Amino acid sequence: MNTGMILGLTLGSLAAMVPIVLTSVGAAISERAGVVNIGYEGILMLSAFFGTITAELAHNGWVGLLGGALTGIAIGIVHGVITVYLKGDHVIPGIGINLIGYGGVAFGILAYWGTAGQHQVAPNAQIKPLWMDAFGNSLSPMVVITIAVAFIAWWVLFKTPFGLRIRAVGENPEAADALGVNVELYRFTAVLIASALSGIAGAYLSVDWLGTVTKTIAAGRGFIALANMVFSGWDPILSLVGGLIFGFFDNLAIYIQNNPWLAGTIPWQFIATLPYLVTLLVVAGIIGRARAPKWDGIPYKRE
Amino acid sequence: MNLSQSLRGYLKPFTESVLAILIGVLVGAIVLWASGYDAIAAYKALVVGSVSSLTNFAQTLSQSTPLILTALTFAVGSRTGLFNIGAEGTVYFGAIAAVGISQAIPNPLSGIIAGILVGALWALPAALLKVYRGVHEVISTIMLNWIAFYLAVWLALSVFVSPSNANRTVAIPPSARLPLLMRNTTLSWGFVVAVLTAIVVYVIMWHTKLGYEMRANGYNPRAAEYGGINPKAAAIWSFVIGGMTAGLAGAVQVMGVPPSYAISQGLANVYGYGFDGIGVSLVGRDHPIGIIFSGILFGALGAGATKMQQAGVPLEMVKVIEGIIIVAVAIPGLLDLINRMFRRGRV
Repeated sequence: MNTGMILGLTLGSLAAMVPIVLTSVGAAISERAGVVNIGYEGILMLSAFFGTITAELAHNGWVGLLGGALTGIAIGIVHGVITVYLKGDHVIPGIGINLIGYGGVAFGILAYWGTAGQHQVAPNAQIKPLWMDAFGNSLSPMVVITIAVAFIAWWVLFKTPFGLRIRAVGENPEAADALGVNVELYRFTAVLIASALSGIAGAYLSVDWLGTVTKTIAAGRGFIALANMVFSGWDPILSLVGGLIFGFFDNLAIYIQNNPWLAGTIPWQFIATLPYLVTLLVVAGIIGRARAPKWDGIPYKRE
Repeated sequence: MNLSQSLRGYLKPFTESVLAILIGVLVGAIVLWASGYDAIAAYKALVVGSVSSLTNFAQTLSQSTPLILTALTFAVGSRTGLFNIGAEGTVYFGAIAAVGISQAIPNPLSGIIAGILVGALWALPAALLKVYRGVHEVISTIMLNWIAFYLAVWLALSVFVSPSNANRTVAIPPSARLPLLMRNTTLSWGFVVAVLTAIVVYVIMWHTKLGYEMRANGYNPRAAEYGGINPKAAAIWSFVIGGMTAGLAGAVQVMGVPPSYAISQGLANVYGYGFDGIGVSLVGRDHPIGIIFSGILFGALGAGATKMQQAGVPLEMVKVIEGIIIVAVAIPGLLDLINRMFRRGRV
């Protein structure tokens, strides 16, 4: 273990932390308002795809992030209308969205670029790193932005009237309603914020971190983010800690697979299970203490 | 309750499922058209490929076989109040178990039993994590699906790899295969096994004490507990029964489908059935008998997709249609909503 390796692993963990934290911060906001969504995996998929298209059209990675956010919002509107306004089930739409995500991206890559399963993002459509060394280690501006987003989200949730109302409609919608808070509007807004953040995370996967779109690009990160949200107790700042742990193992798996000396000793398939195994163990270890918002996942109907 | 009443009770969910399917087909057509494909030609290929001849329909039934079984996993979970989406990973292990045991004891029954047993075993981690640690089953089963995928890839290509072909496992010996129902198709006795399993699950869920307890737990866990039902036992049984049908799906898929009777690289011939089963269950309203019919519908989509691919439309489009159908199923009171819209239109 030398300094170069440590630097590589640290920067890699930070890069892997970004999509997980952005999504779990969003999911925390949505669930604080009482809306569960398990469709983040599908949002990551579709926004990685549409984010790349917009980035390549504009020759600008940042526009790609915007494209990702808009993709997320479009899906969020569907989920929000079904769960918040029509009082539907909170889990089923996400199952459908995830299926659309995986099918749609595999279909879309073929339909749009004519290649099977994978498309390399054009260099001028990728986000330039803040810093880079000769060995390919780099630091994306999105790492800094993600940390800022986590702190801002915490401040908004816990220190502003808007955040108080978000939490109120998830914790006790009847009381919030009696005080004149528009429960549906706040819930819907929270869903859109969450989907937008997850959409940015998806576009980051393709136009920044990985530089490619594949038909399995999300690779379970939408669900790892949900695990991280539970792990962090629905707290945006704490989700940075969890995000770094999950990011470390996500990145470690990639790191070992690319390291011929280590990869020869253990089957790569075992290493590939690491992020999922760690997620399972961490969630199993802490869950007794986790407490979800009281009306999380329960439609609110006025009496 | 007399017959017409009970029929009416089934009519509404049935109509809503049909509506959801129509929405899936319509929105799918828009997606196809927006992507520059001929939607009519694509759907025509889909229909031709699935029902235009007896051979094609046999293909549809063959495709529906694993879907019916994995849908039962989700349905049993859902009726118990659980979102068990772990069928996907369980299918892999069911298939591996069948391949493994058939090398030692080459008859169909041993493969089926091995698939069921391994399926029940692989259901235990998620069941125990749920009951003793309160881990939400959506998170645990998804993580277990990924773990299962990599472990199964390793098992398939290291432990059970074919000595003559590094891209697949050893084949199930002829004496352990499920016989075909129709020559020159892939329709085997596996379909009969799937339908019988659906009927068995129906009997368990609606005509036994255990099934009653599971459904009571799903309907109102608190009332069930006051009524003396042990919610932990109900949840564990639900995972275990679900694991059994998913493991059986994997076993039947590898034992019944020619020509390879082996698991191919990347688990390609056993991959995706667990996820598709969720849609089958939702469209079948989480009812075993409904699942037989929606399984055949999804089987038709699968069989037709190959024909659609030949017509130049990527077969993944079918997944998009399935996803849209599921989202549409989630719209509550779809029928009432459309009724209201029509009434408003008339005034």
